[in-house]
Parts: sequence; C-alpha cells; structure tokens
Amino acid sequence: MLRSSSRERGPLWRDPTFRALLVQGLLLLALGVLIVVVVSNTMANLEARGITTGFGFLQDRAGFTIPQTLIDYSGDSTYARTFVVGLLNTLLVSALGVVAATLIGFLVGIARLSPNWLLARLAAAYVEIFRNIPLLVQILFWYFAVLQALPSPRNSHSLFETVFLNVRGVVLPDPQPLEGFAATPWALLLAVLITWWLVRFSRRRQAGTGRPLPVFKLGALLLIGLPLVTFLVTGMPLEWSIPALKGFNFQGGVTVLPELMALWLALSIYTASFIAEIVRSGIQSVPQGQVEAAKALSLPGGIILRKVVIPQAMRVIIPQLTSQHLNLIKNSSLATAIGYPDLVAVFSGTALNQTGQAIEIVAMTMAVYLLINLVVSALMNLYNARTLLKER
Amino acid sequence: MNQANAAQADSPMIEIAGLNKWYGDFHVLRDIDLTVASGERIVICGPSGSGKSTLIRCINHLEEHQEGRIVVNGVPMTRDVKRIEQIRRHVGMVFQHFNLFPHLSVLDNCCISQTWVQKKPRADAQRTAKEILERVQIADQAHKYPGQLSGGQQQRVAIARALCMQPEVMLFDEPTSALDPEMIKEVLDVMVELAREGMTMLCVTHEMGFAKTVADRVIFMDQGQIIEQAPPERFFNHPQSERTQLFLSQILGH
Amino acid sequence: MQPTSTRTEMIPERRAPDMSRGAVGWLRANLFNTPLNGAVTLVTVALLAWLLWPALQWAVIQADWLGNSREACSGEGACWVFISARFETIIYGFYPESERWRVDLVFLLMAALVAWLAIPRLPAKRWVGLFALVGFPAIAFILLVGGSFGLEHVPTRSWGGVMLTLTIATVGIVGSLPIGVVLALGRRSKMPLVRGFSVVFIEFWRGVPLITVLFMASVMLPLFVPTQVEFDKLLRALVGIMLFWSAYMAEVVRGGLQAIPRGQEEAAKALGMGYWQRTALIVLPQALKLVIPGIVNTFIALFKDTSLVLIIGLFDLLAIIRAGLTDSEWLGFASEGYVFAALMFWVFCFSMSRYSQYIERRLHTGHRN
Repeated sequence: MLRSSSRERGPLWRDPTFRALLVQGLLLLALGVLIVVVVSNTMANLEARGITTGFGFLQDRAGFTIPQTLIDYSGDSTYARTFVVGLLNTLLVSALGVVAATLIGFLVGIARLSPNWLLARLAAAYVEIFRNIPLLVQILFWYFAVLQALPSPRNSHSLFETVFLNVRGVVLPDPQPLEGFAATPWALLLAVLITWWLVRFSRRRQAGTGRPLPVFKLGALLLIGLPLVTFLVTGMPLEWSIPALKGFNFQGGVTVLPELMALWLALSIYTASFIAEIVRSGIQSVPQGQVEAAKALSLPGGIILRKVVIPQAMRVIIPQLTSQHLNLIKNSSLATAIGYPDLVAVFSGTALNQTGQAIEIVAMTMAVYLLINLVVSALMNLYNARTLLKER
Repeated sequence: MNQANAAQADSPMIEIAGLNKWYGDFHVLRDIDLTVASGERIVICGPSGSGKSTLIRCINHLEEHQEGRIVVNGVPMTRDVKRIEQIRRHVGMVFQHFNLFPHLSVLDNCCISQTWVQKKPRADAQRTAKEILERVQIADQAHKYPGQLSGGQQQRVAIARALCMQPEVMLFDEPTSALDPEMIKEVLDVMVELAREGMTMLCVTHEMGFAKTVADRVIFMDQGQIIEQAPPERFFNHPQSERTQLFLSQILGH
Repeated sequence: MQPTSTRTEMIPERRAPDMSRGAVGWLRANLFNTPLNGAVTLVTVALLAWLLWPALQWAVIQADWLGNSREACSGEGACWVFISARFETIIYGFYPESERWRVDLVFLLMAALVAWLAIPRLPAKRWVGLFALVGFPAIAFILLVGGSFGLEHVPTRSWGGVMLTLTIATVGIVGSLPIGVVLALGRRSKMPLVRGFSVVFIEFWRGVPLITVLFMASVMLPLFVPTQVEFDKLLRALVGIMLFWSAYMAEVVRGGLQAIPRGQEEAAKALGMGYWQRTALIVLPQALKLVIPGIVNTFIALFKDTSLVLIIGLFDLLAIIRAGLTDSEWLGFASEGYVFAALMFWVFCFSMSRYSQYIERRLHTGHRN
C-alpha cells in the first residue's frame, strides 16, 4: 500500500479511506440512535402496561395443559418446561418430516428421470401440483377436509382390528417391553458393530485380493437376523397393548394426534416436491459423458451408479437438500394454525398471551431456530470444504 | 498382445455387416459393412453429422443399432447386458471431452475398472496403472485430480485409463478436437506410439497428418454411409469419389 | 470385403423399421420397452384411475354448480355453490360495495403493468418498471386507502380476500427488492462494518420462520414506537414481510452480482465512473437481468407465504375462505373451500413459475433485448 506521504492528496472529503470511515461512522450512529429510541420506547410501553422485563417468568407456573408431551408435563409445570415440551414437539414433527420428505423426494425425483414416459409425467405432475400450493393451504386441507371428516371413534376405520383411524387420530398398538427384552436392542447394536467391521474388512480384502465380500447381503442378514433370533430365543418378551373401544373412546394403544398427522403429511408432501427437483437436477448435473466413459470401461450398471453417478450427484444434492431440511424445520412452525403444540404454538402463542413477555418469548423462539440454522450451516460448510472438487 | 493377435490372426477383430441405425426418423447409418483386421489402424473422417462418431459408438454399444450385425473379437453383439460388458472389456474408448471422473485422482481413474471389473488387488491395479501412466509420460501427476491437469494431460490420462483394461481394440472419438493447438501434438505422439506397438485402432479424427503417418486405411463417410476407403497414399493422392475430393479440398485446401 | 472401395451410388434414406416408428413404436419405446417398464406402466395407470376417477366424480360429474343457498347442495359431490355464493367476499373482502370500483381500477392497472413487463417484445421496460415500483404503489395507495381527492376513507380492517393477498404480495415484492439490492451491495462492500451489518441482517431473517417474524411484527413492533402512535395491523405485517423477504432477495441479487465479470467493473472504472455510477449504470442492470428467474421464484415463495397472515388475524384469500367455513349455515364444506383456495393459489404460482422457466430459457439461448 502506498502511504499518503508518497502521493499527493486531494481534499479530505474525496479521500476514499476517509469516505469509507465516514460511511461506516454514519451507519454506526444510525444504528445507535435506532437502538436507543427503540429501547426507551419499549421501556416506557412496558412500564405503562405493568410488565416487568427479564426471564424470571420462566420459573412461574404455566397452568395450562398440552395435548402431546414427550416428557412429563402438567398444568403445574413451569414456563421453562413449556418451552422444552414445545421444542421437543417441534423436533419430533421435524424429524418425522425430514425422513418422509427425503424418502418421497428421492423416489419422485428418480421417477422423473424414468425411461417410462407415464411414470415420469406423473412424477412431474406431483412436483408441479404440490410446490405451487401454499403449505398452509395444504396443512388446513389435510386437517379440516380429510382428517376432521373421518368418522367418530365408534365408527373408526380399522385395519385388522389393531390399527384404528378416526377423527381423534390414529390409534396404534403400543409395544410394552417385558423382562428380558433389553437383549434385543443390544443384539441390534452388536449387529451394527459387526456390519461396520465387515465393511472395513471387505474393503481391506478387496485391496489385498481384489475380491470384495457381498457386504450388502451379509449386512442385511445380520441386521435383521441377529435381533430377530435374540428376540425369539429370549421368548418374545414383548406385549402389545391393543387399542379397544371402551364407551366413546379407545383405551390402550398409543394415539397419534390428527394435528401431528396433518402437519406431518403436509410438510412431507410439500417439501418432497422441492427435494424431487433437487434430486432430478443433481442427477442430471452429472454429464452423460461420465456414464458413457464408465460404460466404455465395461463397468456394470450398479457400480456406475455407486462409484460414478451418485458421488458426483451428491455433491450437488446435499447442500440444497440440507437447506430444504432447514426450511421444513422452519415451516413446522405453521403447526400453530391447526393447534399442534409445537414451540411457536405453545410458547409464542399460549405462553406469550398469558405472560405478555413478548420480547423475551419471541427472542427465545427465534434464537432456537437461529441456533439450529447455525449448527446445520456450520456442518454444511465442513461438508462442502471436504468434497470440494480440486481444480486448477 | 502379439500372442493374442496371433491366436486370432485369421479371424477379423471387428466385423460389421449391414448396419443401419435411425434416430427417430433420421437415418444416421446406412448399410455399413466394415471389417477390421487385428492390428489394423483405421482413420475415419467426414463432415460433421456424417455418422462417423455414431459408427464407432455402435462398436461398444454406447449407441443401439436397429439392423445389422456387429462381431467384436469373435463375440457377436446382442442386447444381453453381460454380452455387451464382455465386448466392452476388449474395447477401449477415448472421448473428445476426455470424460475423466473428476472426483477420483488420476491413479483412481486408472484403477476403477481394474478393481471392479477385473477384481484385481489394489497393489496390482496400481502397479499396472503406474506402468501405463509412465508410457503416456504422466506418471508424475498420478495423485492429482483431473481438474488440476491441462487438456492434453487429461486426454493422455484418458488414454491410459482405457489401456489399463488391456484392450484389443482402441476407439478414438475426435480425441484432439477439444484441445488447444499446442497440446494436440502430445496426444498424437501417444497415439502414434500406440499404433507402432501394434494396437488395433479406429480413430475418428481430422488430423490428416496422423492419418498419413500411421493409418493402414482411411475411410471417408458422408450422409451415414461409407463413401470411400483406401490406403492413405491413394486416398489423399487419388481420391475417386467427387465427395471425397470436395471434402479433402475443404480441409487441406488452405 | 475389399479394403479399398468407392461408392458411386448414394444409398437413399429409408424409413426406420416399423417397430420403432409411429404410435406403436412410441408405446414400445416409452412404456413397454422392458417387462419391468410394462409392469410399471400398468401399475401407474391403475393408480391414476383409482385416484383420478373419484376425484373427477366428486369435483365435476356429481358436483352442484347452480344455486345461491345451501339448499342447492345435493350432497353427492362437491357443492361449488359455497364458493359462488360468497364469491364477491372472496375477491373484495369487506370493502364497501359502493367503493369496489376502486379495487377494480387497481386490478386493471396492475394487470396492464404486469402484462407490459412480462411480454419481452414491448419496449421501454425500464420506465414501465420504474413506474411499477414507484408510481403504481402511490396510485394504488390513494385509490385503496382513500381519504383524499374526495375518495371515502376505507380502513384496512375492511380489506380482505384476493384484494388483500395481492396487496400484501405487491407491497412485499416492491418493498423487498430495493432493500434486497442495497443489502446485496452491502454484503459485497469492502467496508467491514457495512459488510458485517448486511451479513448479520440477511442471515438473521433467513434463519427464522416467517411466523415468528409475523408474531414479532404484531406483538413487538407496537412496543418499539411511542405509546400514542397508532400502528396499523396490516402495516405491521407488511413491515415484517418486507424485512423478511428482503434478506432472500438480497441473496438472489448477490448471485447476479457475482456472475458479472470483474472486467465490467474495471472497464467502468477506466471510463472514470464513480462507485454509484458504476453500480447503477453498469453492474446492477446486468445483474438484475440475470436474476429475473430468481426474483420471480422468490416472488412465488412470497406469494404463497402471504397466506400466513391468517395466523395474525388478517383476512387474506385463505382466511376469508376459512372464515366462510365457520358460518353456521355452511358447516362441512371444508373440502370445497380448501380445494378452491388451493386452485386459486396454484393458478397464480404455476403460471409464474412457467414464466420464470421461459425467461430462463431465453437467457440461456442468448436472445437478449
């Protein structure tokens, strides 16, 4: 950098360094003024309404119940616990949605590339229909037009008299582990460990002798067989609580709320239409020449897919897929429209209405989503750095 | 290599008879008959859209034909996937745009088919790959990725990748058309060297210098048919067909 | 087979073998080329028949179309009378009947502007665009709000339906685009404070759900202004929507800015242009043209998300229909209501996404005007 001593200087207000400092100083000043005005207004407003600021309210008794809680919760619990219950419900529907949306999205995306004209058109129609209808409309449709139109518990649709579908949700048999059941999950864990070791062993064996093991078949056999055998040997220590109609409602079993069902369906179907497009364009981003070169090397179709197409398509797919997953998590906040008790509904909704602590509650809610976003973005950056194609 | 050639010296390496192909209603290949002897080097030229690339792409079934018979190294082509893979094992191919796998290192590009098709131990595969990379004079780049190499280097790696399968025939689909002028020579040098070693080669190219020095036969195609075929000397000095003369005057004229 | 040959007679073009031509060939190639594919085709046809036929029966064949009260509904299929009976409300919300010509006028003007901007052949895009961004909002504001030029004042709580949805969408796009451009420029600035502020601002809005933003706008914004200031509910929502979408718009515009070769900026510098001249005359026009598809896609997303204002109690298209469903005379018509809402939104969004694809193709093939 040339110092000013070696150059002639124009007037101060035309010096780029001075201008940059001036602009930034003004920005800082404007922000400062804005903050001072907002804070003083807010203080005055809060005082006028008699609301004390701070997070002390979190220790107060919430006094309302929540229809679906993954941890113990009652009307006597604190607002802090309300927050956790809401957060867990958000995470539950998000996790279910991410899995289903990814699955449907990949299936539809691959179907769009099918050589079968009809299947490809059908998949395209799926995408065009569902991504162009607002998610909220879809949520309300599933909830009010489909699930609320189901019969009362007395007239439930049933599947083999074990699964029941009615206006209050889906009632599923509830597995009750008995003594000795613990061995089965342990067997599954063991199978996972052995499979992991098998994969590594097969890789070493292939490097040494050229012949890999049929890892996929062996692994599938282990993962299914070992827990199953353990389960049978220990005498099937599992009891099913089968739901049964008692009076006006079902007893036994576990009920999935219709709100959860509607939200899950809508989130999965809607997000899947975007994921399908990502998958399609990801696969299409692999040039045809790559497949031709692999064919010319006489690689069999499965290997071409595994070693040439998928690794290259995934580079394009994964970052966009992650951002769709983040969208799904954020969109799960629409739960509040049908009363599924997610974070926004119970905390930014009910808790806020009861306490009036608008700033604290909205800030905490936003912080949760920001935190999830930050963590996932950081992981994504790591992935991108690792898979970056080396170029000149 | 010579042994293999000797064993099948009497039967041709590639035999194509009555080959016809359509893209929709467009008749791209018309009644192609072509026999390539073992060790023969053939250059195919012709205006763009004449079907020359399509022809060699039919030989390893990158394109499907509708009529006619193709026999490669004694194996008749059918729609059976196993049969097609068997033929491809004997046929190496080099593309205009290299088509190296960008996510694999140069060495891994050369090992992938040895590992998954020939089921060789890694050490063996890497030894073979290094020997062949040495032959195309690029062994020092073995651990780089395709994106880090120049076009000429990439094309030489692509040739090495095909050679790693020990093919009986090499197909070249305009191997120098995508290269900067200063890089064409390094690729042609490798191809000339390969020809000297007795490899059976079919090259679609407009490098007439290459045709003159190494080709046993030059084939001129137009409108999906073989118009003229002759040894290079006769082909360039006494072309018989008017179309050939016109084509030659266009590409050699200035 | 002789190695030397010359062809004197050209082989004439022949037709492909019958099996690969015509309708039969098409069927064979696209639907039944392998046994698996044949099976897939049959299953798909069965699935379509199973899904589409009942849907068609419900929505068209057995549906009731005519009438103006619940008595017209036979109950066999859909009863579209539910929609036609309250069609006016769906379009205008609670806007006073005598003043609806004002809404119609705004609709007309908007349609004309959109058509002008969307058809590539029409000239003077820049001036019409500028008018759409500055002049049109002012005119629409005067017409819709009233209270001046002898027009009766219509409070925003009477606004609703399609009219409100379009208002929110228009204000959202018109407001978020300029803010987004400024943020995008800020994010590429060399001044650390400006860049830092832009990054934090953009990433903040992109990290939170729109719902929480709307909650913030409806419960927190009133706290930020002096107690005596009345802060219109619609205006609060609009502020939230604009800030939220400006962050997404900024990222779209940034993509366009990055795509402009550095040579353009350098050439402008060499011509002696200052920063604002370079940006306004050279860089931005090119960048914005490049990202038209991205802007349209953001607009589609924004348009779909206008439906979220339902949650803070505004009566947009979706909320008006939902309110109709709670009318005691019309209970049990949720399917009709939501299917109609879905159809309305779908027609808007689908046509816009088609338009964006069309523009993208034009840009790719290099036809620029």
